[in-house]
Amino acid sequence: MSADERSWPLWEVFTQAKDGAPHEHAGSVHATDAEHALQNARDVYARRNEGISLWVVPSTAITASTPEDMGPFFDPANDKAYRHPQFYTVPRGVKVF
Amino acid sequence: MTPSPAVSEDPQRTAEFEARIARGESIEPKDWMPERYRKQLIRMMSQHAHSEVVGMLPEGNWITRAPSLRRKLTLLAKVQDEAGHGLYIYCGTETLGVDRHELVQDLLDGKAKYSSIFNYPTLSWADMGAIGWLVDGAAIVNQTMLAKASYGPYARAMVRICKEENFHKRQGYEIMVTLSAGTPAQRAMAQESLNRFWWPSLMMFGPPDKDSSNSDELMKWGVKKKSNDELRQRFINLTMGQVKAIGLTVPDPDLTYDETTGDWQSGPIDWDEFWRVVKGNGPCNKERLAARNAAHDEGAWVREAALAYADKQAGRGTEAA
Repeated sequence: MSADERSWPLWEVFTQAKDGAPHEHAGSVHATDAEHALQNARDVYARRNEGISLWVVPSTAITASTPEDMGPFFDPANDKAYRHPQFYTVPRGVKVF
Repeated sequence: MTPSPAVSEDPQRTAEFEARIARGESIEPKDWMPERYRKQLIRMMSQHAHSEVVGMLPEGNWITRAPSLRRKLTLLAKVQDEAGHGLYIYCGTETLGVDRHELVQDLLDGKAKYSSIFNYPTLSWADMGAIGWLVDGAAIVNQTMLAKASYGPYARAMVRICKEENFHKRQGYEIMVTLSAGTPAQRAMAQESLNRFWWPSLMMFGPPDKDSSNSDELMKWGVKKKSNDELRQRFINLTMGQVKAIGLTVPDPDLTYDETTGDWQSGPIDWDEFWRVVKGNGPCNKERLAARNAAHDEGAWVREAALAYADKQAGRGTEAA
């Protein structure tokens, strides 16, 4: 198979903007292997110091929730107001909170 | 990609989808969407990506002849950005279930469209100024709108691109400012370049609303938030102040300022020229496609070597040759 008939695998790119910040999804690149993916990710997503750290992950390795699941998958969180501070009453005049 | 025949779609799902658009929600790759929305986005986004890629050619023409090291560094960085922009948008287009490889092949085969502005030649150094200022300037007007497009991956790519395009526009305008304040010959060069790029820049926004076949659908689905004519007007209004500030003139004897609306009204645009270039008969259509194909062919060994290396590293050998 010639190179033109075989696409390079897809990698998802995550960039950390600054020290202490989380890595966030920036986009994707095609590359033949992980090292190549990192180099491409640097050239495509960090030309202006947008990142001090990069992760690349094969797109096929990501498992995501589906939009159809959105209701049932997340609804265990919907009826648990007692997980939020506003659920609890505090005597009037108490300002510690 | 298999071309899908006219699919009859669940009217209820379509209604739910349109309600999401109306609420200003962002549509993400795995969300249900009408086939037509998907197809329109693939068409529009891939054309946009191709434009970024072909857009490297007219400017690449001047890298070796930039008048100073500063200008050369700038031009190299700008052309590299355009490659990056193409990649951002191809990456966004792929989330719609199409392979970049197929999109690029369509471009190389001459089956895909890209922005007509890149089918005009770059005859003088001033064209590097006019392109950065006017062509990137027009692109910013368009892309600022698209940064609010209903399709999440497209909108996010536009946000990233708009940040970078501001440098493109300013460096272009700086070239024009410098030439306009230079010798009479330099000033004439700037004016001549503006003369050539003015009308094609206005055409970048696409045909007038009454003749734009895709606009209604794209606006209905929140991909575009403003019409071609509205964007064109915004661009003219933004640019006229910049033209006057450097003492140049636009090649439009009919241009008038409307006191009541605050709009600059341009004279008639030659839409015959626009369609001629779109249909492949502009000054450089063939040259651009040939240059793109040559670059692709000359890069074949790099792609092959990268795959061979990856195969070797993975211990899979080269049996797939």
